[in-house]
Amino acid sequence: MISADLNVILPEIVLSLFAILALLGAVYTSKDKTGTVLVWATAAVMILLAIWIGMTGTGETRIAFNGLFIEDGFARFAKVTILLSAAAVLIMSNDYMRARGLLRFEYPVLIALSVVGMMMMVSAGDLMSLYMGLELQSLALYVVASLRRDSIKSTEAGLKYFVLGALSSGMLLYGTSLVYGYAGTTQFAGVMSVAQSGHTSLGLLFGIVFLMAGLAFKVSAVPFHMWTPDVYEGAPTPVTAFFATAPKVAAMALFARVLHDAFGNAVADWSQIVAVLSVLSMFLGAIAAIGQTNIKRLMAYSSIAHMGYALIGLAAGTQLGVKAMLVYMAIYVTMNIGTFAFILSMEKDGQPVTDISALNMYSKRAPGKALAMLVLLFSLAGVPPMLGFFAKFGVWQAGVDAGLIWLVAASAVASAIGAYYYLRIVFLMYFGEEGDDRLDGGKNGLLTGFLIASAVIMVVGIANMFGVEEAAIRAAATLVN
Amino acid sequence: MSVFAFYLFAISVIAGGLFTVISRNPVHSVLWLILAFLSAAGLFVMLNAEFVAMLLIIVYVGAVAVLFLFVVMMLDVDFAELKAEMARYMPLGLLIGLIVLMQFVMAFGAWDANAAAEGLRTQVVSDQVQNTAALGLILYDEYFLLFQLSGLILLVAMIGAIVLTLRHRGDVKRQDVVAQMMRDPAKAMKLNDVKPGQGL
Repeated sequence: MISADLNVILPEIVLSLFAILALLGAVYTSKDKTGTVLVWATAAVMILLAIWIGMTGTGETRIAFNGLFIEDGFARFAKVTILLSAAAVLIMSNDYMRARGLLRFEYPVLIALSVVGMMMMVSAGDLMSLYMGLELQSLALYVVASLRRDSIKSTEAGLKYFVLGALSSGMLLYGTSLVYGYAGTTQFAGVMSVAQSGHTSLGLLFGIVFLMAGLAFKVSAVPFHMWTPDVYEGAPTPVTAFFATAPKVAAMALFARVLHDAFGNAVADWSQIVAVLSVLSMFLGAIAAIGQTNIKRLMAYSSIAHMGYALIGLAAGTQLGVKAMLVYMAIYVTMNIGTFAFILSMEKDGQPVTDISALNMYSKRAPGKALAMLVLLFSLAGVPPMLGFFAKFGVWQAGVDAGLIWLVAASAVASAIGAYYYLRIVFLMYFGEEGDDRLDGGKNGLLTGFLIASAVIMVVGIANMFGVEEAAIRAAATLVN
Repeated sequence: MSVFAFYLFAISVIAGGLFTVISRNPVHSVLWLILAFLSAAGLFVMLNAEFVAMLLIIVYVGAVAVLFLFVVMMLDVDFAELKAEMARYMPLGLLIGLIVLMQFVMAFGAWDANAAAEGLRTQVVSDQVQNTAALGLILYDEYFLLFQLSGLILLVAMIGAIVLTLRHRGDVKRQDVVAQMMRDPAKAMKLNDVKPGQGL
């Protein structure tokens, strides 16, 4: 029995063992000189695992460790997205980190361990394994946020993230204990059957609210978003890129998992809460980003707004909604990887630049990269021919289907407001005022490759989304039934 | 008798908690905290949860509280000033406390928990199994996965502490055993033949 269970979590075991062995090897040998090798090796292992998980998926749902761990189509979809985006960010960060003396061998190890945590999160079948996965992920992220120890901003980012993260974990645990107290079990399936057998009791409802507050914190939905801009700005840029991709997918997938697996019978109770989180995030993200001068802070508000759109899919509470959310996250992550590849390549005299004003007339100096960035910004804004629009269109469809017309209308208004700040960057790049060269043309071929690949996907992907949509439909079908 | 013991322990837990918060001297706070831990351990013994009671004494009193004591005595924090700060936020704190209290009242007032939950409360420990053995079975068998995961979490905590605090200083002389072993006597010292009356 135990061997069958271990077989189900084999990918997680492989990644944890790799992380531990990498740590051992690096400590015993030449310390930080192994950083580059480890980054590439970790990325390679992650890509191999993604291929393995993606290919061996038989479509059946396997439950291991007495229901603590669920491996189904939904978990596989989320895991492949998480692994691939984490690998991409690791590869992108290599040169940046090395140039600034930040490439310590612990960095890839911590990222690998946090990815293990994320994989546990999306496969959680029990409130306890949910919490363990979440903590493993968060703890590693707190550390990488303050990786640049000699910078006050980076340390502040790590500390702020840690304190607020601990607070949110507390809320989540409080909700967990209430759910356990009223349902008599921590297993999602058990909670589901309790909710099914009668009306949702008040205590259980309290539990759901606190659980959702904790989870909303992790996806940085308003009003639990306060940490996001500061942490995004303070953390080293590759770490910011990581924060904006894999952990967001994991937290969103966990959110969907809890709501549908444990409280699938109480959709009416939580749907309105998610809808409020969603509408607040969209508007705050759109309005607060307008005044930003730092592109990392801008991306933080952008991520808050995008989480709002993805939450529409959850608020719908249907299979279509979950599918739309998964597609949204996959597209969002792809856009973000490209955008952050660009931000990582923004430098002058070898120093990283994050001021938006530095992009003045960028199209003159690097027309190709400016064009790619234009495509990505249009896609982030949701301008029709790009893939970003189809992501939004998907959640709108789900929202209308579930009768949340007001939410869809509000999100259309928010996305029109939000388009302003993306288009402002485009305007600056193409029609800014003539001035001195504020940026060297970044000469990193790898980053340019990621930028262009991401931009091309945004245009070419509209044909068939590379099969992501079909995979998402199958994934959603295993979660909601 | 057991009712008397219950009230004794319960009152001393509450008193310990109260004085931990209100006593002026932080060292006294820690000592009151230890009283609260010990009384809570007594309550656990009365619930037949002797293993948890022992853990509470060994881990919390033996390690955590002593650590607190060290931190409180080592850190030069002006607690009077901190408390003055706290007074400013008192109204907000009271408001939040009141809201949480009302939530508790509402949640517990409408107590209609599932039957399975009621069953769990009435039978905390089975009479057949010793509770150390019961905990072991749960921890290493049923929740094996969680046990291993907590190991990984502790590993991350350890890596994190080292990453964030370890600094390699260049100006520290370290012992290099290999270099010491490989030292060649011929190079290590030089023999000078000093002529009388001349010096080097």
